Amino acid sequence: MRLINRKPSRATALMLGLLPFVALIIVYTIASQARLAENPSDRLLPSLQSMASAMEKMAFEPDRRNGEFLLWKDTFASLGRIGAGLGISTILALVIGLTMGTLPYGKAALAPFVAAFSLIPPITILPILFIILGLGEAAKIGLIVVGTAPVMIRCLAKEALDIPREMIIKAETLGASSWQIATRVIVPGVLPMAVMALRLGLIPAWIFLVSAEAIASTEGLGYRIFLVRRYMAMDIILPYVAWITLLAFMMDYLLRVLSRVAFRWKHLEGGGL
Amino acid sequence: MSKDIILSVDGVFKDYGDTRVLERVSLDVAPGTFCTIVGASGCGKSTFLRMLLSQEHPSRGKILLAGQPLPLEPTPDRGIVFQRYSVFPHLTVAENLVLAAEFAAAPVTGRLFGSRRKKALAETEGLLDRIGLTHAATRYPAQLSGGMQQRLAIAQALVKKPRILLLDEPFGALDPGIRADMHDLLLGLWEEFDMTVFMVTHDINEAFKLGTRLLVFDKVRHDPQAPEAYGATITYDLPLSAPEPGSARLLDEIAGTIRVPKTVPSSGIQTPNPHEERP
Repeated sequence: MRLINRKPSRATALMLGLLPFVALIIVYTIASQARLAENPSDRLLPSLQSMASAMEKMAFEPDRRNGEFLLWKDTFASLGRIGAGLGISTILALVIGLTMGTLPYGKAALAPFVAAFSLIPPITILPILFIILGLGEAAKIGLIVVGTAPVMIRCLAKEALDIPREMIIKAETLGASSWQIATRVIVPGVLPMAVMALRLGLIPAWIFLVSAEAIASTEGLGYRIFLVRRYMAMDIILPYVAWITLLAFMMDYLLRVLSRVAFRWKHLEGGGL
Repeated sequence: MSKDIILSVDGVFKDYGDTRVLERVSLDVAPGTFCTIVGASGCGKSTFLRMLLSQEHPSRGKILLAGQPLPLEPTPDRGIVFQRYSVFPHLTVAENLVLAAEFAAAPVTGRLFGSRRKKALAETEGLLDRIGLTHAATRYPAQLSGGMQQRLAIAQALVKKPRILLLDEPFGALDPGIRADMHDLLLGLWEEFDMTVFMVTHDINEAFKLGTRLLVFDKVRHDPQAPEAYGATITYDLPLSAPEPGSARLLDEIAGTIRVPKTVPSSGIQTPNPHEERP
């Protein structure tokens, strides 16, 4: 049989999927041991054991200075910021995006501005946010909003515009007002895309979160990474990066499940969202 | 305006920029007529239907509905069934049918709750049974076959009891076997609801079978230098009360005019199971 027609079984597929991860860990372990054999105090590639014990300290031992469990404190601070930022972005995207996608007047008034605004590199706004909003939470959440909202707005506006005209006309012939068409036809139609936009927004959201925390913060996953960088504490940085990745994966996964449960009709057509 | 004319089209032109799609279209239609509309592709028959729906507006001329100028936007007095996208994919069959009642009863939320919702759902049961979808009431349109979806679309368009029902190639995507069932359903509903029907179709046999009046759209004037200078108009306007001796010859002639085969290639072939049910 041709190679293109050969399909792995479920078990084989799982094994194959795990292979690169296992390979990475093995390669890392060998490289780490080689370096540590030469210089036991090498900090660049710490052993898995030293990473585990460093993380154990971060997670389960209170900090000597303020008695807090740093990993959880950082995690909750970061998740709070990213949640608030993405929450605000989603609300903005629904309100502005749907106004643009539903009303010709809304589109005429808002589309050029949103298009221009979305071209501003968000990170250049960070100093402005720090000056206006201070160094507190507002500036960091603001950066996430600036970084994610424009794309999400345009995404939802396009999805609303893509709703077949036939459906909107049908609703008109059923006696619906503009408001009823928006709330009962257009909003339900774009909500699956709102979840999709949120999933796509997760990536820039994490980038801007870590950037903002690196520059001005006293807690948070990004803050911790950049703090311990000063001591070249790779035994903390590497697990933190893995932890952030896991958190991002979990958020994406939960949103995917949410979409399947909440918008069953969208997933019936076989369109894998 | 005499009482026995529900729809009057008077000297209607439709231009898109420099392209003239329709010209000098005039027509008076009596209530209860089943008007079938045929014509070659791009002859403006769908444009004509969209103007009856107020989705588009005539460039010149006027259309009167029961003596009054047509409203500027689609309204519940004219129901519509499109070939596709006629039902709401995010609502179940029952929810699709109850939607119009919800629009009327709840201006702000557009939803009914509790006992009022139950009552509204109960009121649609007759219609649901009429289209044979009682067993599928809780399914989403994506879980229905094409024929079932169009039955739902027709029923949904009838909820507001429109005086005029507009159909834009409603059965164009269906198998011939299912089409015959749809014809029976449609003719039954047409009599039951006492409506005037306008139906655009590609299928000349369908047009002859269903209609009480046949309208053929075609271009009568051609300018070889500027093909878009002249639009189409009504070239045949035939009453179809009963099959006449000459009608076979006429069918040939019209089929030639609109450049479609007299018999659709697949007609006569029965699908193995016309009573469609997707696994």
